[in-house]
Order: sequence, then structure tokens, then C-alpha cells
Amino acid sequence: MGELKESRQISLEPSESGFATTKLDALLAWARKWSLFKYPFVTACCGMEFMALTSPRFDGSARFGAEAPRFSPRQSDLLWVVGTISQRQAPVLRRIYEQMMEPKWVLAFGTCASCGGFYDNYTTVPGIDKIIPCDVYVPGCPPRPEAVIDGLMLLQDKITSGDRRPAIVKPREDPLKGLVQLRKGKQQEEA
Amino acid sequence: MSERVLQVLRDKFGDAILETHSQCGDDTAVVDASKWKEICRFLKESPQLDMNLIVDLCGVDYPDREPRFEVVLHLYSIPKRHRLRLKARVGDAEGEGAEIESITDIWPGANWFERETFDLMGVTFKNHPDLRRILMYPEFVGHPLRKDYAANKTQPLVPYRTESEAGVPLEKLAPFGADEGMPFGRKVWGTETDR
Repeated sequence: MGELKESRQISLEPSESGFATTKLDALLAWARKWSLFKYPFVTACCGMEFMALTSPRFDGSARFGAEAPRFSPRQSDLLWVVGTISQRQAPVLRRIYEQMMEPKWVLAFGTCASCGGFYDNYTTVPGIDKIIPCDVYVPGCPPRPEAVIDGLMLLQDKITSGDRRPAIVKPREDPLKGLVQLRKGKQQEEA
Repeated sequence: MSERVLQVLRDKFGDAILETHSQCGDDTAVVDASKWKEICRFLKESPQLDMNLIVDLCGVDYPDREPRFEVVLHLYSIPKRHRLRLKARVGDAEGEGAEIESITDIWPGANWFERETFDLMGVTFKNHPDLRRILMYPEFVGHPLRKDYAANKTQPLVPYRTESEAGVPLEKLAPFGADEGMPFGRKVWGTETDR
């Protein structure tokens, strides 16, 4: 489940007087992570998987308080970059990012947004981090909705801890585990 | 069936039809670029041929040939149900002088096809009403589908962030080797360097 190792809960300490005390930063982070207003910058086929994510079967954004889309960058704080970004679109994406209010986060949805994918040519920006900072990368072509939910939870975790370093959603299972090796590999020989 | 179309063309234009061939029902005529518009107008307006649908127009770059580019036009006749592929060869080895007459006033649908061919291949269409780039941005220099355009050359509109600015490594491993992904390799044509 991504890099979520142990959950970082904010501590609400109840007392007999009926009040709970906490730190202001922790309270703000808690409020922010459960009310992410998204700006969907949907440019390509990953948009289909984005629809699958937000529709009832997975309900991947409403369950995490990130349901309401805002098509004005001034009212949103999570930029979803869903799909390939061409060189021609790069100034638009850059401007949208600059118009967003702080605090703001960016999620790269899919391989093209993360690193350009197989478009290694004159048209495509090789990853949105070449032009704007990016918080969470969700690899996949397109990513499974579960992977995106992992990415969203990873982002929530990073908001709680105040960590602004980029993170990548890791596969839930090791894809090499249980792989039937047809040829006698090096590892087997060593073993 | 439509080999008869080729026969009509040969009878009408003679030497201006440089070569013809038919394979698997596809008929192709390579014509003299200077007679391009005249032949197109005949194909459209002759009641016998009646080519009223322009299917596609594109350019092909053969860097080892002279003339270097081929302008390829695909036509179809909806009433007569026959097709024809028409080619004209233009341009010298450096890609200069790649000019051909526009056929926008015969088939208005050719407008954007000609703009695309101009944008990506650098073939100029004379008397085109609005010959601007259609896919690439106006700041773009060169024509990206020419074989001498380096396969990995980009012209970003927004300057890329540097690694010191970002604080994290931005270079990623390409999922393919330097010579994969393109049948002609990822080398620069006419030079010894690979990338």
C-alpha cells in the first residue's frame, strides 16, 4: 500500500471538561487532507481511468474528501495531471499551477504525466516535474483505480506529516513474486 | 477495376504520368509535380472519373532519393466507387525547393491536410489560402517528421526546471535503448553521431 507504513494520526486528547486539545498545525493538516478540492487537468486516455476512479464502483475521491472538482485554479488545491502533456500545453499547465493558491499539491496520474511514457520525441514533455513541482507520482498505463487511491492516501499521509518530497506509489505486490522462471536464471544457479 | 482510371490518365496526360503500378487493388500513379493541379482538376471534374472525395494527403521523406519528398494524395469516387493514389516528387537533397501547387480550391478538404504536410514535412503549397502550422506551435523551428530532424530533439516552450531548483533527480531511465523504437534507428541522418 504505497509508502504508508504506520498511520500518523493527529492526537485529540479528551479531558473531563469536555474540550479536546491539539496542535494548530495538526488540526489544519487534518482539515486540509480531508477537503482536497481537485482541479482535473485531463488531457488523454488516462481520463477514462480517472472517470472509473471517481464513479461509484471505486468512489475513489469522495471517500477521501476529494470529490468536489473546481474548474477554477483559484479555488482548488490539488492539481490532477491526467495524461500526456505536449510541449504546446506546457505553458498552460504552468500557468494553471501558478494560479493555484497555497497550499497546493500536484498528483501525476499515469506514466505519461510522470515521465513522458513512451513518447520520447519532439511533442511531449518528459514528465510534468520538468515544468512544475510534483508531489505524488502514480505509475501505470493507465494506473488501476486502486493504485490511484493508494496515491491519494499517500498524499494525505504526506500532508499530515508536512513532507513535501516527491513520492511514488509502489506496487501492492512484488510483480516478480511467484513468477515462473522458464529459463534457469542466475539466481537459481546461485541458490 | 480502376486500372481503367490509370489508363484514362495515361491517355490524357501521356508523359506527365511518370509511372503507374497496381497491387492488391490499389492503383498508384506517380505524376509530374508541375502538372499536379491540372491532373487533380481533371480527376475531380471529368464526369467519367468523378473523384469527389479526398481521403488523405500527406508527405513522405526519402532521404536517399532525389527528389527527396513524395506528396501522396488518396482519392475516392463515391458515385463510381473507385480509388486512386496519386504521388508527386518534390525537393532536392537538402529539402530546398519542396514546392507544389495547392489543390484547396478543387477539394476544400485539402486545406488542413496541406497545412499538416507543410508543418511536419516542410512541403510548401503554392497559393494555399492560409499556410500556417497546424499541429506544432508557431515558435517551433524546422519540420519534425523530416528524417534529418534529430529523433530526440525537443523545443520546449517553458524552460525546464533544473535539478538544483527541484531538489530531486529529474532524469529518468528511458524504457528503451538508444537504437530502439524506430526502424531507422534513433540517429541523425547525414552525420556519424548516433544521438
